[in-house]
Amino acid sequence: MHTDPDILVAARNLSFERSDRLIFSNINLEIHKGKITAIMGPSGTGKTTFLRLISGQLTPSSGSVTVSGIELCRLRLRELYKARRQIGMLFQSGALFTNLNVFENVAFPLREHTQLSEQMVRDLVLIKLQAVGLRGARDLMPSELSGGMARRVAMARALMLDPQLMLYDEPFAGQDPITMGMLLQLIKKLNEALGLTSVIVSHDVQETASIADYIYVIADGKIVGQGTPEELFNNITPAVRQFLRGLPDGAVPFHYPAKDYEEDLLS
Amino acid sequence: MIDKIQALGHAGLTICQHLGLSGIFLFKTLARRPRPGEGFKLLREQIYTVGVLSLLIILVSSLFIGMVIGLQGYNTLQRFGAEQELGQLLALSVTRELGPVVTALLFAGRAGTALTAEIGLMRATDQLESMEMMAVDPLWRIISPRFWAGFISMPLLAMIFNMGAIYGGYLVGVQWLGIDAGSFWSNMQAAVTFRMDVMNGLIKSLVFGFVVTWIAVYQGYFTVPNAAGISSATTKTVVYSSLAILALDFVLTSMMLKGW
Repeated sequence: MHTDPDILVAARNLSFERSDRLIFSNINLEIHKGKITAIMGPSGTGKTTFLRLISGQLTPSSGSVTVSGIELCRLRLRELYKARRQIGMLFQSGALFTNLNVFENVAFPLREHTQLSEQMVRDLVLIKLQAVGLRGARDLMPSELSGGMARRVAMARALMLDPQLMLYDEPFAGQDPITMGMLLQLIKKLNEALGLTSVIVSHDVQETASIADYIYVIADGKIVGQGTPEELFNNITPAVRQFLRGLPDGAVPFHYPAKDYEEDLLS
Repeated sequence: MIDKIQALGHAGLTICQHLGLSGIFLFKTLARRPRPGEGFKLLREQIYTVGVLSLLIILVSSLFIGMVIGLQGYNTLQRFGAEQELGQLLALSVTRELGPVVTALLFAGRAGTALTAEIGLMRATDQLESMEMMAVDPLWRIISPRFWAGFISMPLLAMIFNMGAIYGGYLVGVQWLGIDAGSFWSNMQAAVTFRMDVMNGLIKSLVFGFVVTWIAVYQGYFTVPNAAGISSATTKTVVYSSLAILALDFVLTSMMLKGW
């Protein structure tokens, strides 16, 4: 268990296996309070899995992941849910409830966890919707929202219980440049204004690097590079260079492991 | 040969695993602490979705089934000059067997598949995970109200089916084919006992409601989160529910005929 009060999330000797495949091997990382930390890496390296390990949805095969010194995956259901009120998570799909409108989606955590009056719920929801610029969209259904709007609504919902830690799972994937800019600005502003600690999992290098305070690059289950964005762009490790510059082949091979091509064609 | 034995063993283990998992899932669902105010609101919404919206198919099917039994029964019974017994034949076959069984099969097709697809889609679009991340238990918020709604709705739907079928038979037998209304109803009243016929039918529909809804919510909750997974889960709901209904009907009938 760590003692540094500046560290909110810490992974110690973390290994995680799924279906006999090693996703993480002996990873150590720290996420500092009040900072935006990005976890980057090629698709399929288990970035989303890492978020699920932080939030206690998955249990490490060995080692530990702690939030404020607590291993969420070891908690009993009631304590786990209590701890999760301090964590907000933005899913890649937004994960809005399709049978509820925007207002009710954002009000959902309040209605579940508080006994506030209807007027108070209304005010709080409108404040959060205003923060993400969607106060006017309160009556729309999720099916009527664009991808970017859905993510902003989901962000408002995730912030509803005023969490300490925000986890963003691929927040920029598949977004147009305007929406991407909007989301970037929103993540940065909210992190500063609300004093959050943010963890962004993404493979959008330039965008994420523009707002991140610290970046970890993961490939093949290991941390292959870490540092501030400037430090990382000067990093000469082949895997880091390949990822940051978007080279199709290199330390991370273009081809999925297979037997010899010629042998395969002739067999 | 070894491979075949291995595959058989693997299939057996998988079945055991699923049975165990579904048992734990059911226990966890039933063990959720009820919250009277909000829980009742959720239950009411689900009874509407699962029960009230199934009314039309149940009513229309029951009328036609009653009418067919009326026609077939009349044609057979009149050969022996016993067409006055149509009411008895109709009421006994409907309350004892057709009511609970056909209602359950229709319920599995109409409401069971809807439950599986809805919950499966929630799983595939991360709605269940996001609920967990907001510290809301999906077993309490999503599964439990749907399960209890199915359990409560099924016997009520079966009773409505019984009435619809008897009315359908009455329309054909009395209104169309001219059986005397007095003997139709009095024969029925004399032959049907509340304890042995109506009550046993009710017990059957309670059991079917429990099993069908259990299968539907389990298949939805543990679906493989993609389009093929949801399609497969809804198919499994219908197949497993239908088989379970027919097999349980045999078991329950044999127990009831032996007086438990």
